[in-house]
Amino acid sequence: MKAKVHVTLKNGVLDPQGKAIQHALGSLGYEGVNDVRQGKFIELDLAETDPAKAKAAVEAMCKQLLANTVIENYSIEIIA
Amino acid sequence: MKAAVIVFPGSNCDRDVAVSLEKSMGQKPLMLWHRTTEVPADLDLIVVPGGFSYGDYLRSGAMAAHSPVMQEVKERAAKGVRVLGICNGFQILTEAGLLPGALMRNRDLKFICRDVHLTVERTDTDFTRGYAKGQVIRVPVAHHDGNYFADDSLLERIEGNGQVAFRYASANGEVSEASNINGSRNNIAGVFNEAGTVLGMMPHPERLADPQLGGIDGKPLFDSLVEALCK
Repeated sequence: MKAKVHVTLKNGVLDPQGKAIQHALGSLGYEGVNDVRQGKFIELDLAETDPAKAKAAVEAMCKQLLANTVIENYSIEIIA
Repeated sequence: MKAAVIVFPGSNCDRDVAVSLEKSMGQKPLMLWHRTTEVPADLDLIVVPGGFSYGDYLRSGAMAAHSPVMQEVKERAAKGVRVLGICNGFQILTEAGLLPGALMRNRDLKFICRDVHLTVERTDTDFTRGYAKGQVIRVPVAHHDGNYFADDSLLERIEGNGQVAFRYASANGEVSEASNINGSRNNIAGVFNEAGTVLGMMPHPERLADPQLGGIDGKPLFDSLVEALCK
């Protein structure tokens, strides 16, 4: 069973790297990019076979290590 | 007084801070490897030094915050043992939940390595009693992730409690956007926990604590701790 975790900065937290990417896209001629938010994608291969248990475990992992909830949000997708 | 310096894989300021401590204390601090859980019971001070612990993977300080020795550090901090985190040490202490807020990538995305000026916001703590109220000190910074963030409500609480230790300022002590080197909220360069027993700061006092290094503005911090903690 696999879990896909997206970690992104919370709204209201400035994202200097996202801003730099936005400027770079602009200088490459890509117009109309209103905003860029950069985050992390983490893929986990889990021994667990129960989706609910897997989700609960990954949720705990996110809170304890994978995300810093002072500044980041996370979302979890479990793929059977 | 008994002090210990934690050493993680990737720490690189552990020896410098040990030298500074020894100069102020008159004896060498213990060096504690990150895997140890045997921490002497009678420690007065624990220093979490600068560097790039665990390669700063995931987030600066995130891995180190969960290393075996940090569980001990948390327990000691809860008992009032003084804890000082410098640079990566500050990042580790925020990740470990011992200090409020988080340290993000510098606003201009560059690694900043130079001397900066700081205002000393509090002089009634064990860390800063050797400074004068409103004193401006010159201390080096060397970091990529020093942009201090706290959301509005947390920031209000930190300011209300007087938890700000140092702010980035100009040479004459003006705290403004122009002197904010990395985008930190309210120019915060260092914060205390609520009790004032844990301090985290991005600048490196140990790098200007000896005349031969070109300045001694960092030395009063170590002298303060020795004065406060020597029984």
